[in-house]
Amino acid sequence: MSKKFWETLPQGSVVLEAGSSAKFKTGGWRSMKPKWIEENCIQCLFCWMYCPDMSVKVTAEGKRAEFNYDYCKGCGICALECPGKKGNKAIVMEEEGK
Amino acid sequence: MTTKPLKLKELAKGEDRFAHGHRMCAGCGAPIVVKQVLMATDYPIIASNATGCLEVSSCIQQFTAWKIPWIHSAFENAAATISGVEAMYKSLVKQGKLEDKQVKFIAFGGDGGTYDIGFQSLSGAMERGHDMMYICYDNGAYMNTGIQRSSATPFGADTTTCPAGDVIPGKPQQRKDLTRIMAAHGIPYVAQASPAHWMDLMKKVQKAFEIKGPKFMNIISPCNRGWRSRTDDAIMLSRLAVDTCYWPLYEIENGVTKITYKPKEKKALIDFLKPQGRFKHMFAKENEWMLKQAQEQVDAQWERLLKEDSAVREEKPAEG
Ligand SMILES: Cc1ncc(C[n+]2csc(CCOP(=O)(O)OP(=O)(O)O)c2C)c(N)n1
Ligand code: SF4
Ligand code: SF4
Repeated sequence: MSKKFWETLPQGSVVLEAGSSAKFKTGGWRSMKPKWIEENCIQCLFCWMYCPDMSVKVTAEGKRAEFNYDYCKGCGICALECPGKKGNKAIVMEEEGK
Repeated sequence: MTTKPLKLKELAKGEDRFAHGHRMCAGCGAPIVVKQVLMATDYPIIASNATGCLEVSSCIQQFTAWKIPWIHSAFENAAATISGVEAMYKSLVKQGKLEDKQVKFIAFGGDGGTYDIGFQSLSGAMERGHDMMYICYDNGAYMNTGIQRSSATPFGADTTTCPAGDVIPGKPQQRKDLTRIMAAHGIPYVAQASPAHWMDLMKKVQKAFEIKGPKFMNIISPCNRGWRSRTDDAIMLSRLAVDTCYWPLYEIENGVTKITYKPKEKKALIDFLKPQGRFKHMFAKENEWMLKQAQEQVDAQWERLLKEDSAVREEKPAEG
């Protein structure tokens, strides 16, 4: 990492780039990984609404897409809240790296 | 501005105003609260943030999760900070130096920063009548510095400054009812919400933004580290908090109280307490009295709220 000197920093510690946290990937925190089973998905989007890490992707048409594993921390909220189809969850948690 | 419809599919097409890459713990309730609040509206928003988990983890060096102008100054003055921003904005608009874009102002604070250390600055800003909203994400302790008790910590909870052991069985005092204290300020809008009930939460945010003057919302925000629970249960617990009437969903608009959600069946408080390690000692034989006392507290508060609920009051025959 290149060293930053105070002269190069914006005045008043202002951060000028909105949402720059996206440059910091938190996916490496994960020990459990959510897996999406599309055939059981009823497109309720609860997983999207409740994810604390904005890690459930949605298409331009507003349809549930894959997880964003760059940021997903593997908390499991999406899996717990997923109603699934006829009692079959559309999200299951698996051990990471398996 | 027209209030945007709260349909999940439509909302999901919009852009998040709180980005991933923030460093809150896995499964923390606070980012869920923030994203729902910001998603509820398309108004431009400027926010201040009291020191605490949300603040330290959402803006680290050059990495910020905020896609709105956001300011942090200190722990105790989030309300004063945003009230100053609001006053300046108003003045610049009045002087014709700034075009009025109907900007809305929010202060976010944890319960430590709101119930305790930031309380006088909050009370002052409300009394001065600034056109702003204060949002407390209440996780029931000073979590960022290692789970110290606050005046929002529930009765009996084990924290590092009221540790359950031989001397005391967790926090001896009842939690302070800040939502009521804010209502007593006579401000036009006060509400309590939970991220599990996202529609109710967002409706309240939308309503608040259409009201001029100071607004306050208290939103329960599970913290699996401090609550000693699982990483996947933030929504489950914020739902149980509502269903047990530990955290009733209601609003007080111009002095009129309205319960916005009544559980079909009021669950026993232990359903909310049991999954949380901070209440584990209360289930020991010698501490059974605590469970009883905690339940009585919740019952008394719920009964009082039911009496105040405008829907109930209207049905009663006029007195005198
Ligand atoms: C005046 C002052 N005192 C103490 C601190 C240290 N401190 C930083 S964050 C924090 C706890 C914040 O607790 P809370 O407001 O409940 O938010 P949480 O971290 O739980 O989200 C404390 C005590 C500080 N930053 N400033
Ligand atoms: S919560 Fe489950 S059913 Fe609903 S959209 Fe997500 S994966 Fe599909
Ligand atoms: S496991 Fe947690 S962080 Fe990952 S997608 Fe599900 S809710 Fe989001």
